[in-house]
Amino acid sequence: MEVSFGITGKGYVLVAADTTAAHSVIKVKNDVDKIIELNPHLLMAYSGEPGDTVQFAEYVERNIRLYQIRNSLPLRPPSAASWVRKTLAQSLRSRSPYSVNLLLGGYDTSDYTPHLYWLDYLGTLVEVPFAAHGYGSYFALSLLDRYHDPEASLEEGIETLKRCIAEISKRLVVSPERFKVKVVDKDGVREIEL
Amino acid sequence: MSGSYDRALTVFSPDGHLFQVEYASEAVRRGTCAVGVRGKDVVVLGVEKKSVLQLQDPRTVRKVVMLDDHICLAFAGLTADGRVLIDRARVECQSHRLTVEDPVTVEYITRHIATIQQKYTQSGGVRPFGIATLIVGFDPHDTKPKLYQTEPGGIYSEWKANAIGRSSKTVREFLEKNHKDDLSRDDAIKLTVKSLLEVVQTGAKNIEISVMESYGKITSLELSQIEAIVQEIEREKEAEAERKRSRLAATAANQAAMTQRVDPPTQ
Repeated sequence: MEVSFGITGKGYVLVAADTTAAHSVIKVKNDVDKIIELNPHLLMAYSGEPGDTVQFAEYVERNIRLYQIRNSLPLRPPSAASWVRKTLAQSLRSRSPYSVNLLLGGYDTSDYTPHLYWLDYLGTLVEVPFAAHGYGSYFALSLLDRYHDPEASLEEGIETLKRCIAEISKRLVVSPERFKVKVVDKDGVREIEL
Repeated sequence: MSGSYDRALTVFSPDGHLFQVEYASEAVRRGTCAVGVRGKDVVVLGVEKKSVLQLQDPRTVRKVVMLDDHICLAFAGLTADGRVLIDRARVECQSHRLTVEDPVTVEYITRHIATIQQKYTQSGGVRPFGIATLIVGFDPHDTKPKLYQTEPGGIYSEWKANAIGRSSKTVREFLEKNHKDDLSRDDAIKLTVKSLLEVVQTGAKNIEISVMESYGKITSLELSQIEAIVQEIEREKEAEAERKRSRLAATAANQAAMTQRVDPPTQ
């Protein structure tokens, strides 16, 4: 039961993902990092078919890095999202498509704006103020409809995030026990302990 | 040979030469000069850069490029060929990280580049790359700086200090005379500038210097910094010439005094 969600606020994007690796009905691990740092101001939470997820995330990471070395400039979040969407859409139409759902959070250092994108394995891309994947999304989205504030400070954003996690822990039948939370803002990507 | 033609361009001459490869080396000799110097824990790349035209954007003319966080490359020869080869190397750097989760070593990427260059001397329908390269960097988990060279034929070798391109022979001979092991950062930069000044008459504005100090730490020197180094070198040369002149004058004076003393008195 994978859960991941993201929230934008004033000058930042918060992304949270559960940390369980499940195999059938067994929990194999509970400290998996499902949020990859693609470059100093870009992160991506991934969920979906195990194996596909890490493979795809690392492929994206290396291509984003290659772009930066070729052009001596990092890819901005909107362009990175478009590129990932294109790659997923091409994969969907290939013999062995990637089954990966993503949340892409980034801070655009050239116009000082946070961006959050919701992508799924069908190649859907939408820019959103808040987003979620998995069964947790049914609880998180309705909460965020009520409590999300695009002008919220980081502290207020974290509070909203905690509400979402609390609701999921309370209502979801097999709820994840731990979440990893990362934030990206003008200072780059860093992890937050709740 | 039914159905296909012989497309080989690089074929042996009767006395065992590959003319196409030799012509490629000639293109390198006509290219701008590039120098690499290895110090104790620093490695410096210096290139002679052609004057930028008045209306041209200087940022788009680059002879020292990054291949990965920890590796830099400078080349001499046909810039267009360089661009293609550099892109292949950059892709390989990332591909290597993806497959083995480790950055490339300097030797690995040098061998990869040299292998591509060699392939273009033995395949049909292609011509060799008209460039030689100097590749510098640090291996992961290592503090020792590395300097490698590749040539159009696909030869690669490791060096303490070397030069490629126009008048590279003069510069290499200069380096052979003046290079010492374990140079400090400043000394390595100074030696690079000094050796380039052997062939670059126009001075600081036509020199570009990149310094790599440790894994992933690369800096390009500002024009003002290079100018300061050039001035310092010129001052030293001036002082040396002055000493030489005064020594000559002293010996001449001595000789004059001696001859005066041995002269028999006139009367």
